[in-house]
Parts: sequence; structure tokens; C-alpha cells
Amino acid sequence: MTEKHPVPGEGAPQVSRRSLLKKGGLLGAIATFFGAGGAVAASNALQEDGAVADAVGDFFQQHYKKMSPEEIQAAIGRIEREAKRTYGADITVGNDPPLEGVVFGYALNLSKCKGTRRCVEACMAENNQSRDSQIQYIRVLELEHGHMDLNESDPYYDEKSVPQQGKVYMPIQCMQCNNPPCVKACPVEATWKEPDGVVVIDYNWCIGCRYCMTACPYWARHFNWTPPTIPKEQINKDTHYLSNRPRMKGVMEKCTFCLQRSRRGRLPACLEACPTGARVFGNLLDPNSDIRYVLENKNVFRLKEDLGTEPKFWYYTD
Amino acid sequence: MNPLARFFVDAVKQVLTGSRLYWGWLAALVALTVVGVLLYSQQLQHGMVVTGMSDQVSWGAYIANFTYMVGVAAAAVMLVIPAYIFDRKDIKHVVLIGEGIAVAAVVMCILFVTVDLGRPDRIWHLLPLLGRFHFPESMLAWDVLVLSGYLFLNLSIPFYVLFSRYQGREPNLKVYFPGVVIAILWAISIHTVTAFLFSSNVARPFWHTALLGPRFLASAFTAGPALIILALQLIHRFTDFKVPKSSVDFMALVTTVALQVNLFFVFVEMFTEFYFITEHASGAQYLFLGFHGYNALVPWIWSALAMNLTAVTILTVHRWRQSRALLNTACLLAIVGVWIEKGMGLIIPGFLPTPIGEMFTYTPTTVEIGVSLAIWSIGLLVFTVLAKVAIPIELGTLTYGSGSAHPRGAHHGLHTPAHAPQGPSQA
Repeated sequence: MTEKHPVPGEGAPQVSRRSLLKKGGLLGAIATFFGAGGAVAASNALQEDGAVADAVGDFFQQHYKKMSPEEIQAAIGRIEREAKRTYGADITVGNDPPLEGVVFGYALNLSKCKGTRRCVEACMAENNQSRDSQIQYIRVLELEHGHMDLNESDPYYDEKSVPQQGKVYMPIQCMQCNNPPCVKACPVEATWKEPDGVVVIDYNWCIGCRYCMTACPYWARHFNWTPPTIPKEQINKDTHYLSNRPRMKGVMEKCTFCLQRSRRGRLPACLEACPTGARVFGNLLDPNSDIRYVLENKNVFRLKEDLGTEPKFWYYTD
Repeated sequence: MNPLARFFVDAVKQVLTGSRLYWGWLAALVALTVVGVLLYSQQLQHGMVVTGMSDQVSWGAYIANFTYMVGVAAAAVMLVIPAYIFDRKDIKHVVLIGEGIAVAAVVMCILFVTVDLGRPDRIWHLLPLLGRFHFPESMLAWDVLVLSGYLFLNLSIPFYVLFSRYQGREPNLKVYFPGVVIAILWAISIHTVTAFLFSSNVARPFWHTALLGPRFLASAFTAGPALIILALQLIHRFTDFKVPKSSVDFMALVTTVALQVNLFFVFVEMFTEFYFITEHASGAQYLFLGFHGYNALVPWIWSALAMNLTAVTILTVHRWRQSRALLNTACLLAIVGVWIEKGMGLIIPGFLPTPIGEMFTYTPTTVEIGVSLAIWSIGLLVFTVLAKVAIPIELGTLTYGSGSAHPRGAHHGLHTPAHAPQGPSQA
């Protein structure tokens, strides 16, 4: 999967940050000594107007939940300017709050899924994943009919010749667990469950320790091993702070049920792209929703339910 | 000048005077460190893509070394307990050496975790108050707490002892005994918490076993004392500080028992995994036998087992253990064996197969190996500097007022040779 290309040119001479050594104790000192990441950004930025101030602002930016509305607006301004500098794109970063009385759920009909991977493509286009490193939130497994041992699955099957006789296709993405082990693992609360049930990440707060990745039983969390790359014309300009805004190297990212869309009453991109209608999405709290119909009338199951993670993503068959 | 300021001035002077061998040793360590810093700057520039890690195996050599060093740090307690609780004079004589090793090991731990971060510039997010410390939920938050606490304890107690002797007073045991008791419990906690860091993951069956904590302690009390044994002998040989034979014998006994217990735990683990193979055994299958055609770790783990079995045989036979050549061979074998077993042998199979069934071969890159070597060098530098100052104070040649008056004292330093045990991080 991860095809890795170190991107040259991102690097720049490192700036000494000894002046910051006085801040904050031993770990702070180590951070400063080794924290040339910020310095690289800062020295890169020296060449561009306003970039220095933005790099400083980024460095001192508070946790999403601790910021005032004004501070969030300032952070959004920095993200939009950074996107312009990096990709030459004029993006807008929304901050829509969760909708009242809504908890999102997803269901997928395994009888209908034919393994076309259209959902994967649509997801990448919608959510601004890095193209070079091929970060993908949805992993489609090809399984032998009648077997559910994931260790026997093939994620690298050829999508041009699907469906294969005797094979079953199982897309796996973030289950938005109600009891998410990843959230518990994070040492800095950079990831949490929103009131609408979606597990989100503050990309500006994540320290990149990858402990959440270790904790996830669904392999749903992905790391930016490289500085992300997206061709300018492929940038989705309609973004959300907690979802598909451009990310930076060294942080985690994951599926958010397209909350930039779903919080505005739209369906996730993967659902819209599915050619077989295998996907059902909706509000679990609305008794008249499609998702509730599926949960009540189909024989549904959840992946690794025995782990107690309480996924809000169900599979079913006709 | 007041005693405290004079202490630090004398300490710096002490560090800056030494034989050619001493300077050669320092130069070699600094050179390795510089290479590592240059390689690390690559990682900062290009991202962690320059490591062999990926979404499949997302922790590698750095976390493997971290886990091993936490054990070494904790092992100092095997000197602290007999020295202070059982009041053994011969062990008390060398206990500061063990605490010096603990300090160096914790510094290495903190560095290994730091270089593993994707955003080291944001490490302040981990600080209580300034950042957002996810305590007590996150085991990583616990680890930050116990490691920094352990570093503080192992700096402050020896400092009090040395500073007292420097001023010509015997340290008052009543003052630091509470600290000693806390440090003993704390040593157990650092390695238990580190084991919980892994065993708390429901997503990773290979680690998800209650035996992991006990196994960590057993392997720590194998490799740590083995390292201390080698360090004590080197100090005995290259400095004026004489190490009682009985203290080495005692540590040899600790290593022996710990390695016996450790091997028993490995056997118990293997029995449970392999008697009736379930999905839980996939990681162990990958490690010991290979899985779905992937078998990169198989030669490593069997070599480690062979080394540990050889070591335990030598150590268990009294006559063989009494021979310094055989004892040192056994220690080296155990140090390397445990490093493989609880380093890569523990971390990598935890990730494979991935939770959704994919296999992958992780190989550390030059960057990871170079940065790891640099951190080992920094650890050895820290230990060398601490020992260089502590030894003349312990010998009574460096005291308040004597430092400048009797430059002769400066020669009683540590002359560590370049072939000192450096650990197998290059493997």
C-alpha cells in the first residue's frame, strides 16, 4: 500500500531554538532541542509574506476545545493561507457544530458490494488525502465466499476484474466506535468522540506518537509519513476544521463519515459513489431513518463486536 | 564561592580532565552522536517516511530500544534494594553506579520516544497544565509521568549523597531513605506501566496478555544487572574505584534467577499460543515459525533463545558463574538475547498480521539505525560524565576546597575504554 516518496525541497536549514529552552522543564527542553520541525516550517516560511507569523501562530495554537471562537477563526485563517501557499488553492474551512439530536450510523450490504473501490476513489477526492503516499480511509478486502478470517483476505485484488466468482468484498473504514480505544489511548486528547458520534482529530494538536493507530482494531487510522501532496486542481475546497482540511506531515488522520457533508444534511462521498447501492447512512436517533430500517429489518452484525468497541458501522446481507 | 556553585565548577573541571583514552572514548561517542543528529535532521525534513515504518508496522526500532532501556533503568533497583533495605555494605559501595546507569537509561528512553514522534515540535502538548495531559486514561500519559518521576528520583538521591560527601559529611540516611523507598516502588512501576502500554491494546492479541508485565520485569532484571556487571568490572579495571567481588557475585545471582524466570515465562507463553492455535497466536506464529510466507524475525528469535539458553546454562552452574570470563560471556549473551526478544521480537509481531489481516516486512533503515546508535552514545556519554564526577567524590579525592588545591585528584577519573559494552543496537 503506502508507496513512500520522500519529498525533497520541503527541507530547509534548521534554525536554533535555544531561546525557547527556558520554557517548560525537561520535556520542553528536549522538545526544543529536537523540535526543529517547527523551525523548518518557520525557516521555509521566511521566504513568504505572513508565513512567519502563521508558523508562530501554529506553534502556540491551543487545543481545539480550549480555543475561543475568535482563536478558532484565527486558526482557520492560518489554515486557509497555508493551503494557498502550499497548493495554490482558495479553500474554505468550515466549523459546523454537531447537529442536535443526531448520532450518525452506517450500514453496508455485503451482498451488494462488488469490490469496485469507487468508494475509495470518492473518499480520496472528497477528503484531500495525500496522493503520493496514497492514504486511503477505506480498505476493501476480498474474501473467499463462506470465510470471515481476515488473515486470509486480500486487500490488493485487481478492481478491474471484479466481482470474481466465489469471492466476497468487505470494505472496512473507521467504525466511529461508541467506545473508541483510540480516543482512550491518545496521550494529549488530540482525538475525541463528538456528540454526533464521530471520532475526530485536531490535526494541529496531534503529536504523531501513533499510539491511537496501535489501539485501533480496524486499522482505520492513518499516518502522514510524508508531507502530503495533492495536485492543485484536485483539492476539495469545501472543508471542515475537524475533517477534510489539508493535513500536515507527522500527524494522524481518519474517516469522519464526511462530517463536512453530513453535518449539512448531505450523504458521505463513499455512499454517493457506490454503484451498487450497498451503503446506507443516517441518523440513528431518527426512528424513520433508512439506517434504522436496516438495523431493525436486516440480519446485521458488527466487525469484532466481541472487543466491546461498540462500532456504529454495521454489515448485513440480503 | 558557596559549596553548591563550587560543586558544579569542580564537576565541570573533573569532566574536562582525563587521560587520552578518556578523551578518545568521549570523541568516539560525540562522533556517533553527530552522525545521528545529521540523520535525524533528514527525518525532520522529509518526514518519518525515511524510517522503515509504515501504517502496517507503525512502531519499530525506536520503540523497541525504548522498551529495552526502560528495563535497564528499572534494574538499578536490584542494587538499591540490597544496599538500602538489607544494608549490604558491599552493594552500598557500588549503588551509585547503578543509579548512574538508571539516569542514562531514562534519558535514552525519553530520547527514543521523542525521535519516534511525528511532531516533536509539539511535545509540549504532553506537559501537564501547559498542554493537555490525558491522565489517567492514556497509558502513554502514565509513562511520561513515571519516567520523568524516575529520572528525578535517580538524579536527586545520588546528588544528595554525593554533595554531602563532597562537603566532607556522611549523608544522613534518614533524609533520603523515604526517597529510596519511593524509588524502589517507582522502578517497578516504570516497567509495569511500559508493559501495560502494550498489553492494554485489545487490537493487538500478541501483546494482550497479563503475562507481559511479569515478563517485562523478568527480562529487565536479566539484562539490566548483566549490563551493571560489565560496567562495574570496567570501572574496577580503568579507575581507582575498586569494586568488591561480592557485589559482582550478587548481581550475577540476580541475573541468573531473573533469566531462569524469564525463560520459564517464554515457555509458558509459547505453550499457551501453540497448544491449540487460534487467531491470538498469529503474531507468535509470525515470530517463531513465520506466517503466510513472511518469516523475517524467525532467525532472530531463535538466535535470541539460543543465546539466552546458553547464558542460563553458564549462569546456573556455580563453578562456571564464578569464572569471570564465562560470566562476562553469559552477560553479553543475555544482554543481546533479551534485546532481541523484548525489542524487535516484542514490538514487530504485535503489528503483524495487521488487525485486518495484512502481512508486511519491516526493516529498519540507516536513519533509524544511526539515530538509535546516537541515542546509545548519548546514554553512554551521560553515564561516563556522571561516573567521572561521582568516582573521585566517592574516593574522597574530590571534596569542597580540594578540587583546585589538589589537582592530583583530577587524575582519579574514569578512563573508560573504547571497547566498553555498547549494547547491540546496531543489530
